[in-house]
Amino acid sequence: MALSIEDIKKIAHLARIEVSEQEASATLSKLSGILGLIEQMQAVDTAGIIPMSHSQDLSQRLRDDVISKTNQREAFQAIAPTLNNGSNEPAVADGLYLVPKVIE
Amino acid sequence: MINSSLKQLGEMLQAKTISSVELTQSFLDRIKQYNPSINAYIALNEAETLAQAKAADARLANGSAAPLTGIPIAQKDIFCAKGWTTTCGSKMLANFVAPYDAHVISQFDAAGAVNLGKTNMDEFAMGSSNETSYFGGVKNPWDFDRVPGGSSGGSAAAVAARLCAAATGTDTGGSIRQPASLCGFTGLKPTYGVVSRYGMIAFASSLDQAGPMAKSAEDCALMMNVMAGFDERDSTSLNREKEDYTRDLNKPLQGLRIGLPKEFFADGLDANVGKVIETAIAEYKKLGAELVDISLPNTGLSIPVYYVLAPAEASSNLSRYDGVRYGHRAESYTDLMDMYCKSRAEGFGAEVKRRILIGTYVLSAGYYDAYYLKAQQIRRLIAQDFEEAFKHCDVIMGPAAPSTAFKAGEKVDDPVAMYLQDIYTISTNLAGLPGMSVPAGFSNGLPVGLQIIGNYFDEARMLNVAHQYQQVTDWHSRMPEELK
Repeated sequence: MALSIEDIKKIAHLARIEVSEQEASATLSKLSGILGLIEQMQAVDTAGIIPMSHSQDLSQRLRDDVISKTNQREAFQAIAPTLNNGSNEPAVADGLYLVPKVIE
Repeated sequence: MINSSLKQLGEMLQAKTISSVELTQSFLDRIKQYNPSINAYIALNEAETLAQAKAADARLANGSAAPLTGIPIAQKDIFCAKGWTTTCGSKMLANFVAPYDAHVISQFDAAGAVNLGKTNMDEFAMGSSNETSYFGGVKNPWDFDRVPGGSSGGSAAAVAARLCAAATGTDTGGSIRQPASLCGFTGLKPTYGVVSRYGMIAFASSLDQAGPMAKSAEDCALMMNVMAGFDERDSTSLNREKEDYTRDLNKPLQGLRIGLPKEFFADGLDANVGKVIETAIAEYKKLGAELVDISLPNTGLSIPVYYVLAPAEASSNLSRYDGVRYGHRAESYTDLMDMYCKSRAEGFGAEVKRRILIGTYVLSAGYYDAYYLKAQQIRRLIAQDFEEAFKHCDVIMGPAAPSTAFKAGEKVDDPVAMYLQDIYTISTNLAGLPGMSVPAGFSNGLPVGLQIIGNYFDEARMLNVAHQYQQVTDWHSRMPEELK
């Protein structure tokens, strides 16, 4: 299936990546080339073949339901992106991360 | 000393003919001399490195040393190392200082090895030339106009230029083996699940695997003894008995059955590279091996399958970079959605964005069966090709890369041409099998790597097969004249 500029913009929105008009058209030709490569798969008859998600076909391990991690909130919050007020303060407060207001 | 094996360096340290501080300083001096032109390292922390060397000397003095105690190792910048910037070659993580150690890093730490620095790489390990790094390309030590391969290009150049005793890498589609081939050293991608992925920044989780990059098979075996092992923090880590990867190094190769897949010697392989590989295989015949013609009929499909599965997994893994908790956040934005979209647009480079977009597309509503499911089905066909082949042979051999190192800029605008660099390596990642690249000679002055593919968990045998070849050849001990 051939992609259009509108498709690129839609995919980019789903991926939460801003693209300019110019980037969208440059991306279109590169992505079309890659999808052309991927299309080679369609010639293969895969009826009845069980999909392989990874090589060992393992199921998830279970562990005992006990606390296994320590609280590292301070270490993790110390590396948060900085506030856009010229300071080098991480964008955190009261143990929470600060983002633009979502609910009025 | 820069050409000494890990075993020799270990013996020198144990015998106190050299201290770890002296050894480490001599590598730091070489890094100062050559790194400005090669760009193999993107983070150095001399004070921390020397403190680790000093601690290693104390261990050597009190008799609690392990085989790699005091040996300076370069770490690919994909491994989180507490207190070190860990960028994964991206602007997104340019200022990220890891708050914890990856399993691989703690294993080396426990062994008393010294962290020499973090090495350059393609952004988020997506590339075959190291040209997608936010921190600039890396020079191939054999020819500065050429690329070192990728994505572990910094580790590759560091090993080839002798700017470390050995290095770590990761391999999702060939990122250890292709640079090992292009830079002329020994690299091993283990069986999927043998080395923990904990703290190793994720690209495509069902394919990513860390492994050693070193001068010889013996060095790789010693590195594997440190890197491999069960870790409950990685849900796909395999709980297996601890092995000694050096145990079979000295076994004779009499009767070894080497499978030669016809698809690895067909169109697309550089004729001179093909000749080097044929000469190497003839050497194995002299060592007592028998050659078996085999076929891996779905090899050609491995690239299309990979470019569905890897981007799909990457689009999911990289969704965590949202500018909220760590990593790059845009300077200005109007609302939360705008903050996400701008932070990601600014933080990711072109190749990473392309792969996220491909992954998002193939996973989007209505396309799942045609792309992702189909790719997973063909992935099984590819794994079954190997299963069938290993009924007739013990190891498989062929080229690791279709050509020698290419010029910087040559393929940068043509993603599909770049992707074809991994034609001989990707299928083993899809099947989860171990693969190696071993120096096998030169074509027009540039190194060529012989690939050795083993069955699941057959790393010790592959290391034996490579080591025996390295007893009768000296390709692995060559280094660029100008860097001596």
